[in-house]
Amino acid sequence: MALLQISEPGMSPDPHLHRLAVGIDLGTTNSLVATVRNGVAETLPDEKGRHLMPSVVHYPDQGPPQVGQEARGYSALDPLNTLSSVKRLMGRGVSDLKTVAGHVPYDFVPGDGGVPRIRTRQGDVTPVEVSGEILKALRARAEASLGGELEGAVITVPAYFDDAQRQATKDAARLAGMNVYRLLNEPTAAAIAYGLDKGQEGVIAVFDLGGGTFDISILRLNKGVFEVLATGGDSALGGDDFDRAIAGWMMQEAGIEGDTGHHRMRQLMMDACAVKEALSEREEARLKVALSDSDYWSGCITCEQMNCLIDPLINKTLAACRRALRDAKVKPEDILDVVMVGGSTRVPRVRERVGEFFGRAPRVDIDPDKVVAVGAALQADILAGNKPGDEMLLLDVIPLSLGIETMGGLVEHIIPRNTTIPVSRAQEFTTFKDGQNAMALHVIQGERDLVDHNRSLARFTLSGIPSMVAGAARVRVTYQVDADGLLSVNAREMVSGVQSSIEVKPSYGLTDNEIETMLTDSRSHAQEDMLARRLREQQVEADRVLEALDSALGADSELLSQDELKDIRDAREQLAAAREGEDHEAIALAIKGLERASEDFVARRMDQSVRKAMSGHRVEEFE
Amino acid sequence: MAIQLTDTAAQRVRTFMEKRGKGVGLRLGVKTTGCSGMAYVMEFADELEEGDTVFEDKGVKLIVNPRSLVYLDGTELDYTREGLNEGFKFNNPNEASRCGCGESFGV
Repeated sequence: MALLQISEPGMSPDPHLHRLAVGIDLGTTNSLVATVRNGVAETLPDEKGRHLMPSVVHYPDQGPPQVGQEARGYSALDPLNTLSSVKRLMGRGVSDLKTVAGHVPYDFVPGDGGVPRIRTRQGDVTPVEVSGEILKALRARAEASLGGELEGAVITVPAYFDDAQRQATKDAARLAGMNVYRLLNEPTAAAIAYGLDKGQEGVIAVFDLGGGTFDISILRLNKGVFEVLATGGDSALGGDDFDRAIAGWMMQEAGIEGDTGHHRMRQLMMDACAVKEALSEREEARLKVALSDSDYWSGCITCEQMNCLIDPLINKTLAACRRALRDAKVKPEDILDVVMVGGSTRVPRVRERVGEFFGRAPRVDIDPDKVVAVGAALQADILAGNKPGDEMLLLDVIPLSLGIETMGGLVEHIIPRNTTIPVSRAQEFTTFKDGQNAMALHVIQGERDLVDHNRSLARFTLSGIPSMVAGAARVRVTYQVDADGLLSVNAREMVSGVQSSIEVKPSYGLTDNEIETMLTDSRSHAQEDMLARRLREQQVEADRVLEALDSALGADSELLSQDELKDIRDAREQLAAAREGEDHEAIALAIKGLERASEDFVARRMDQSVRKAMSGHRVEEFE
Repeated sequence: MAIQLTDTAAQRVRTFMEKRGKGVGLRLGVKTTGCSGMAYVMEFADELEEGDTVFEDKGVKLIVNPRSLVYLDGTELDYTREGLNEGFKFNNPNEASRCGCGESFGV
């Protein structure tokens, strides 16, 4: 017979109506699945009692892909068909690979499309498909453990994932046939796992250093509600980088040349990882590196030496902490609790430095590898409706501002970064030219002033705007971000009611703007951005003036004498020349010059149109 | 009249109760539903209700209401593992039939 679990009072499921829900931590290095059973949230082990499932997929000669521990066994034997750390590639475009590909030793298919494909012997696969295989394996483990079909899952993502990366994660779940209740930020899940939602109100920092990503989140618990005050981090920094630093040291010591093969590099990384783990418990570790088939280099590394290698990386994490605190407008001493997440927080040096930074001992009681999955399971249990009247409500923030391209390649922010979601904001725009009946909308993510320096998320067109003079149309653009951080944009011309909208689907093929860099850049280029903005604004204004003048000359040039016409034409040429330059003041000056030269012309046109409007009417009609 | 637990079941219930951190015992019962008419109920109990019978076995308080007691008398609660799946099992002498899926039973 079916095995039974203890429910909360009054929440016993009817037969065949078990709402099996799991929380999934889909990690760069390892993944976990957890559920709430008998009132306890726990991660689910495989038949050998292993909780962590390596996020590794191996494509064998024959048969279905292998996932997890079995697949990892092939990473040194068959590196090109054994894919790991694909989370780094989720939602990234081909052009982003330069920054990450150096770290993942695969053969990428040189392709035309935006989505990077990895060549394996079973064909080319995308990162989404690889993640889908991992989720399938987790789903199978969960269903075997719970004795039924899953109803839904909460999947965690780094707080820093942008829309494309979140959408890619959802796509992977769909490939695995999984219903996603929602995506949850990893640090938020960790806070839930520690039950901080039921604790003292105040500000909490979640320090999450995993295999491949680093996140710092500043949360505030207020009346049982979590609000994410700020998030920060580095989507390409983690324990892998510690290993790489140690491996680099080993290569240097052993005299191995920089450009070594896939096999050798893998082996070195695994050795480095073993050294790191050994040094978490001991002061010193011995190591042995194969130089060739018969020759070995052996040596010794101390804790202190390793600390020197990894300190620069830890410094990076602390710099991100400092920025997040500043964004959240809190000081280190305001932090009530620091929660440690991710396997790399087992490194004693990390705990020590984080403790120093926040001036308090961080929380490490829950296994830092499992804490996120456990929090996700608690959340999934609530969303599945297995808990009576629970009030836990989570607020997240968007990591980067969302904006729209305006004339001149400038960005206008519609939703500023760190706005809590779900959120909906609207702004009105208008047409630039007479009779313009379509408008191209370009959705931008990032902090910089010029479109080119930000990430492009989507483009779409609103067409069918009825002919009107420039500036008469009222196009209302609404940005809506749902609880998962996914964006939909709607544009509606208010007079005619024509509308068009887009869901921001993964924009894989776009340039990589590593979020961290984007934020730093927006600060370091503030002055430059301001000048660029002024220049573009003047150029747009110049275009508008030239356009208006040309259409006026086309219609009414007979109102001008030859001399007058020449003056205006000269001023026009001056403006046209200045517009092509880089000096915003010169353009402004030329605009003024042209306006002066055409003052009389404008006045005469005005008189003429008034006369036209009035001719044939009697004075009384205007009274 | 008696309801008992196996050692494994008792140990699991004690752990779960402890981790939950509140509650007066484990409520066992039956409800009339499912394809064979009845289904077992197993819930944490936060309070006793009028007419409840409390059986104490191996440090666990088993709470049963009078309507359910007639169906559960003589039951032994066990905790077992079947592959990756694990959970509680009612060994109930009153059970006469069970639906194919084992989710509900008849008496």
